[in-house]
Amino acid sequence: MRYHTPSTFEDAAQLAAGAQGLTRFLAGGTDVLVQMRAGSVLPDDLIDIKKIPGVSDITKTDDGGWRIGVAVPGHKLGADAALRADWPGVVEGMELVGSTQIQGRATLAGNLCNGSPAADGVPGLVAAGATVEITGPDGTRTAKVEDVPTGPFKTSLAQGEVISAILLPPRGPNGGDAYLRFIPRTEMDIAVVGCAVSLTLDGDTISDARVALGAVAPVIALAPDAAKAIVGTTLDDAALDALARAASAACKPIDDKRGTVEFRTEVAGVLAKRAAKIAYARAKGA
Amino acid sequence: MAKDEFKEYRLVGTRPDRPDGLDKVTGRARYGADMSAPGMLWAAVVRSPHAHAKILKIDASKAEALDGVKAVVTRADFPTGLTGEEWNLQENTMAGEKALYDGHAVAAVAATSKLLAEEAARLIEVEYEVLPHVIDVDDAIKPDAPVIREGAANASVPEGMPPNVVQYLDFGRGDIEAGFAEADLVSEKTYKTEATHQGYIEPHACLGQLGEDGKGEMWVCTQGQWFIRKMCSDVLGLDTAQLRVTPSEIGGGFGGKTTIFMEPLSLALSRKAGGKPVKLVMSRSEVLRATGPTASASMDVKIGMKKDGTITAARAEFRMQGGAFPGSPVDMALYCCFAPYKLENVQHIGYDVLANRPKCAAYRAPGSPMGAFAVESLLDEMCRELGVDPMEMRLKNAVVEGDTASYGPKYGSIGLVETLEATKAHPNLKAELGPNQGRGMASGYWFNHNGETSVSLAISEDGTAQVSIGTPDIGGSRASIALMTAETLGIPYEDVRVNVVETGALGVNEPTHGSRATFASGKAAVIAAGQAIKEMCKRAANEWGIDPEAVEWADGAAQPAGPNAGKFPPMTIAEIAGKMGSTGGPISGHHESVPEGVGASFGCHVVDVEVDPETGHVKILRYLVVQDAGRAIHPSYVEGQYQGGAAQGIGWALNEAYIYDENGKLQNSVFLDYRVPVASDLPMIDTVIVEVPNPGHPYGVRGVGETGITPPLPAIANAIQAATGARLHDLPMSPPKVLAAIKAMG
Amino acid sequence: MSKMHVTTTVNGDTVEFLADPRETLLDSLRDQLGLTGTKEGCGTGDCGACSVRLDGTLVCSCLVLGVEADGKRIDTIEGMSEDGALHPLQRKFIEHAALQCGFCTPGILIAAKALLEENSNPTEEEVRYWLAGNLCRCTGYDKIIRAVMDAAAELRQEAA
Ligand SMILES: Cc1cc2nc3c(=O)[nH]c(=O)nc-3n(C[C@H](O)[C@H](O)[C@H](O)COP(=O)(O)OP(=O)(O)OC[C@H]3O[C@@H](n4cnc5c(N)ncnc54)[C@H](O)[C@@H]3O)c2cc1C
Ligand code: FES
Ligand code: FES
Repeated sequence: MRYHTPSTFEDAAQLAAGAQGLTRFLAGGTDVLVQMRAGSVLPDDLIDIKKIPGVSDITKTDDGGWRIGVAVPGHKLGADAALRADWPGVVEGMELVGSTQIQGRATLAGNLCNGSPAADGVPGLVAAGATVEITGPDGTRTAKVEDVPTGPFKTSLAQGEVISAILLPPRGPNGGDAYLRFIPRTEMDIAVVGCAVSLTLDGDTISDARVALGAVAPVIALAPDAAKAIVGTTLDDAALDALARAASAACKPIDDKRGTVEFRTEVAGVLAKRAAKIAYARAKGA
Repeated sequence: MAKDEFKEYRLVGTRPDRPDGLDKVTGRARYGADMSAPGMLWAAVVRSPHAHAKILKIDASKAEALDGVKAVVTRADFPTGLTGEEWNLQENTMAGEKALYDGHAVAAVAATSKLLAEEAARLIEVEYEVLPHVIDVDDAIKPDAPVIREGAANASVPEGMPPNVVQYLDFGRGDIEAGFAEADLVSEKTYKTEATHQGYIEPHACLGQLGEDGKGEMWVCTQGQWFIRKMCSDVLGLDTAQLRVTPSEIGGGFGGKTTIFMEPLSLALSRKAGGKPVKLVMSRSEVLRATGPTASASMDVKIGMKKDGTITAARAEFRMQGGAFPGSPVDMALYCCFAPYKLENVQHIGYDVLANRPKCAAYRAPGSPMGAFAVESLLDEMCRELGVDPMEMRLKNAVVEGDTASYGPKYGSIGLVETLEATKAHPNLKAELGPNQGRGMASGYWFNHNGETSVSLAISEDGTAQVSIGTPDIGGSRASIALMTAETLGIPYEDVRVNVVETGALGVNEPTHGSRATFASGKAAVIAAGQAIKEMCKRAANEWGIDPEAVEWADGAAQPAGPNAGKFPPMTIAEIAGKMGSTGGPISGHHESVPEGVGASFGCHVVDVEVDPETGHVKILRYLVVQDAGRAIHPSYVEGQYQGGAAQGIGWALNEAYIYDENGKLQNSVFLDYRVPVASDLPMIDTVIVEVPNPGHPYGVRGVGETGITPPLPAIANAIQAATGARLHDLPMSPPKVLAAIKAMG
Repeated sequence: MSKMHVTTTVNGDTVEFLADPRETLLDSLRDQLGLTGTKEGCGTGDCGACSVRLDGTLVCSCLVLGVEADGKRIDTIEGMSEDGALHPLQRKFIEHAALQCGFCTPGILIAAKALLEENSNPTEEEVRYWLAGNLCRCTGYDKIIRAVMDAAAELRQEAA
């Protein structure tokens, strides 16, 4: 295996584009090294992107949104009070990833590009309407976060494409988001179900909402019917029940070592309700 | 909350720093993988990806062609003609004609680096013919189940039993039907437990060296260096005394490190590589796939109870698979399951069944937790139905000294009633419970064990003492043995050094298992100290010119026994030791035996849980362990055993389980998915050390390591029912199952 | 595979070694530098036995490559006691019997030290969640949590 430390995204993209064998980018390594250890992914070229200037920065953009560097580890994301104030659901999703030790390394970009349907950092991004900046051998493009994963551990990134930043839109007034996941223990588990809700209020009424579900389908995806169920409501009990039903209906889960179809479907509804309540309270300024 | 004061003792019952503490908080302590040797090679093992498959061909040519690969071994490198358990051990170490479970070793390779060995292992090509497999014990016992091995059944199995039954048990007493006829309520239910792993954090590791002359050495993390020596010798056809085995510090065992798994491979590779030392360290996934686990069980229990809670009769029929080899602890599960109860009419039936899983190893009170899950759950269900208080039911039926145990022997001194009374008095039983919260209780039992024991003690020139023991220190036994030795010799605790020694230094010792180290090595150390005291009294008597009988030992010194013996100032151990060279030579003591006087231990646990009714998530709010220790030599480490046992039981009850896919492949061979409790899963674990001294031990020790894992399984099931009304009969009580049980109630 | 030259600071000392790029920092520490106090319990980030500080950040050394340590500062259990004096956490672990087999202990001590530097007065719950990535199979965590809380109290007193 060859280990590279390019100093620009362009170089990283060129290296990857020109590589013959199996290539991986290395951010926090908390997926890559596990896969190497298991022997399931043995890269010929490993391209460490942490030496590229700016990759560890979190910056507020001119329009009031955010640009998150691709090497920002979870603990650093959590320490940014202003970012958390805008997008608590995005931050808390990433903070759920692994242990304190994992938080010292794991990145949002790695979480997304690993392509796990259960990635905890991703539903919050999807609900927030985040995008990614992608650098390829022929320049850069942007894409919606939900368009990156295409199936379990598969992404739409072409050979040689590297994500060079994660972009969050401006939060704007009266907004709130939240992410909840279900795991059997209290820590150190992969989500059996995950749900992020982002909403905006007009007075007490929800004027806009996005609901994203994790671990209940081959890819993390928006559940538009679930969002519809609460838009125009004050999140009363009837709206919550409708939300839960719609979230459950949006599930296309599998039975596996972590949970059953029945359980995932049921709990997706439960989490959607609970996450919506938190997001609503946050939007109210609680 | 230990009773720390036993006024008659100076040291026993105190909590000094453990002798190996400093090494263990500074990273200096050397565990299995921490040793290296000059010229050392690294080994890696090729394992079957199939649950059951014929091995057609092994081609190692690509691996052998790599620069730096020094040896490859397969079963062909092992002696043939072994039988019985020796064959089982050899077959489990390295598959022969068939791979019997996912993870079964089929070849091993040694190379000049770890990465190279792993690469070489990936290049070894094995051709398999996949065979039908069976995983679940109830499937494995079916008459038409895939046959794992012909002729594995022993003489206990009657003609006509299904092919995978390898042992059959049927014992009991009284008139079971008459007993049920006397009852006001007779209940019969089926319970299942899944296999769990001991989950010690240190993976198996060894450094072995074996020459062409059949002489070898091994450094290994193990609970029993003599077991390793014997088993490796058997499997490789060596003379036992030619192998010297040194135990490393051990990073947990819980029974799982009382046997061999891959140790002979390092020796076989070393021999093939011209005697170079070979280091072999398992990965976590190898540990989970190919070592350890417990049996899984399917259990029918039938109990008769009167309205006042009196148990009139009980019957248990247990089926257990312990992997592809005989040896599930179905016998011990049956012995322990009714042990806390007075029973006139009782019947036990057991089946040991083969399945395509790894060979089970001992795990903390082997068998007892499964049996307790079935029996203590059913008793709780029956108490509910009859409106009987479960604590009063336990007290009413509790066995006492002199009673005949459900499994036959007469109980000596036991402390069950004292344990139950102490539980009843604990404030946790009065703590208020909120919505979705419930309390559950259960009892547990373990025999404790003696085993072959050999200990030497020697007095040093300055009057300090060294004790050589053969039982590795897993959880503070050096401290407790030093306390007892120092107490006996009348010297400071710090003046005793306890060494865990290699096989060349003592006669055969059984491992640290069966909760025996503090009991057996401790008892032998006290007897050896007594011999040294006798010799020191003799030396003083000689110097004083009086009869040795007229000298007694007190406060670390020889003293004239009363005024008639003469007037001499006490002669201290340091004075006697300082001149031992000229008064008759070294002063020592040595004791070896299978010590009599084992004292059994009962425990009672009470747990409060809160269940999320929408997700089935169970949170442990409060946990209480009450257990009879006989006497707590070092109370902190007794509490530690109680707490650790409870935590493992909680894991077993809630989330730990072997999960297989339809091809019989283990799905959760990493800690992320093999879910042992993490720190945030647990509350503080309250303990009460009950002390009903064991008359069979000089300081009253019973052994405390194992009972504590037994009650949590049923106690939590009982608490979940109290919280939700739903009763779970299958482990683990994971959220999907709990939620389904809640929903099923409508 | 060609090895790469790595220069790094371990417990305050500059060290150099040649690392196969596939080799983890854990293996570099243990097999190249002889620092075997850092343990491997899983090799996949799940147990915390391999915890070290990398430029001050708490990480699993099994999930860092040896070559990534180039130019960085690493702190391991071997550097925890200063000038022969045990860190209060180390003392409290012995005093509270917070170890049984001791295999998890180095990783837990390293992780707990990082916690107390960040939060000098953690609640029981904060300690439990911070240490959730450090598995201990022997103790049920009770005495570990008590030892950490007690060490925190002592350190606060010292600072006062
Ligand atoms: C013990 C443990 C616990 C965990 N718990 C959780 C959990 O609770 N929830 C959860 O979601 N995950 C969990 N994970 C998985 C993992 O930590 C996360 O997915 C993490 O966010 C990955 O980030 P990383 O920076 O470490 O990625 P890396 O391992 O560096 O990379 C992951 C993948 O993304 C690719 N990649 C990385 N950066 C880029 C980029 N900029 N452009 C293109 N491709 C890129 C890599 O090539 C690789 O394929 C856990 C892992 C461990 C070891
Ligand atoms: S060895 Fe690194 S976390 Fe377990
Ligand atoms: S003390 Fe053994 S794992 Fe923690």
